[in-house]
Amino acid sequence: MEIYAYLRENGSIGIRNRVLVLPAVACVNHVAEMIARNIEGVVGLRHEVGCAQLGDDYRQSLRTLFGSALNPNVGAVLVIGLGCERVDPEQLAHEIAQQKVPVECMKVQDVGGTTQAIAKGMSIAAEMANTLSLQKREKTSLERIVVGVECGGSDFTSSLSSNPAVGYAVDQIWKSGGRIIISETTELIGAEKVLEQRCKTPEVAEKLWQKTRQMIEHSKHYTRDDIDGVSVPNNISPGNVKGGLTTIEEKSLGAVSKGGYLCPIIDVVDYAQPISAESGLYIMDSPGYDPESMTGMVAGGCTVVLFTTGLGTPLGNPIAPVIKITGNRRVATVMKDDIDIDVSGVIEDEVPLEQAGTDIFDVLCHIINGKRTRSEVLRYWDVGIMRIGPRL
Amino acid sequence: MKKAVIINQADNVSTVLDNVDAGEKISCKGLAHEIIVDSRQNIPLGHKIAIKDIPKGRPVVKYGFDVGFAKYDIKQGEHVHVHNVGSLQTEG
Repeated sequence: MEIYAYLRENGSIGIRNRVLVLPAVACVNHVAEMIARNIEGVVGLRHEVGCAQLGDDYRQSLRTLFGSALNPNVGAVLVIGLGCERVDPEQLAHEIAQQKVPVECMKVQDVGGTTQAIAKGMSIAAEMANTLSLQKREKTSLERIVVGVECGGSDFTSSLSSNPAVGYAVDQIWKSGGRIIISETTELIGAEKVLEQRCKTPEVAEKLWQKTRQMIEHSKHYTRDDIDGVSVPNNISPGNVKGGLTTIEEKSLGAVSKGGYLCPIIDVVDYAQPISAESGLYIMDSPGYDPESMTGMVAGGCTVVLFTTGLGTPLGNPIAPVIKITGNRRVATVMKDDIDIDVSGVIEDEVPLEQAGTDIFDVLCHIINGKRTRSEVLRYWDVGIMRIGPRL
Repeated sequence: MKKAVIINQADNVSTVLDNVDAGEKISCKGLAHEIIVDSRQNIPLGHKIAIKDIPKGRPVVKYGFDVGFAKYDIKQGEHVHVHNVGSLQTEG
């Protein structure tokens, strides 16, 4: 299938051309949202960072905001500041401008509070949206695409159908020259021995082990087995065992099968860190918590997300369209307004997994070319930014 | 006939899509092949049935990956689960 996208200055391709209203701090979320919700082609990134943070936690949050603004799906940015926050909105806007992204900045304390800020912001955002609407898609290829993979609300159908089917689609993306990001470190625990065989270098494999061990240590610090009933590292719950999962490797590999079978693992990156240009799979350190893992991958450059769900979750992302895939026929029927692809045929009708993978790949290409996803038209703008430090 | 799914051609187990009684014939299907297996035990929905013999110490293969090792000799048709499988992660 031919691919048409917005060609960006730095060689990346956007599959949407959005105006992003970016609050520099949580205090102006409402202003940003009121601007964004009322204008076509504009999205808002509501978050809870930007102030009262320290050190690496502050830097990681700032990196996530910056990376979000630079996502290839964003054609223009309006930074909304308050005026007294830790993040310097003008500095942020300046750095965005240095990357050749059209940007403006406005501080609520300067322009006269909420109502004035909303009015002025709407004027700016509407002008930007108007200008962006002139921009045309151009013929390009999947070589420049970055796809994120995610799972949430998993059940037994996830490992039997949706995750392995996405895995086949992911290998196809890689063979076409594209890049894929997988995250959710929690669900890599137990899969390291298998994954390390696909790592490009021993250093990459070592980073993978480091991230999973770090997550285990961090969890141990906060849980007490006798109260929380969670035993790490063998975190198979009684419910998992009852449902048929035998080992932690099986559980994690059932989830990680969505990362493909053949594509090499090029690197393991920190949360919201940009990935490099080499084709293949990237592992991003993140919690299993969906809003945060998706936001991290989008800040790292992914412009579309393949999201498997068994029980049904409606989550979306303001910047990257999220494609919902389920292998649970009941959910595909009952929650049809939230589901993009139904692969329950793998379980119910003996549809081969590779066929389901090809179907997913085809729908992905349509969505890249402009077809909207369910969570996109329903305007789900879920954001989360991983925290690694205290709130002051 | 009740069904089971083989995810990858290299797998030596199949996940049953229904509660299976001992003695039932199960149609285990992958992309290009089907194996009819006689179930030797009761196997709950979502659990695994061995589609080949798995000798003690050998890997249990699912999704094309090693997901554990056989703690005892496992015969084709047996329930494959925590009673006869060890974790490579914690015990291997």
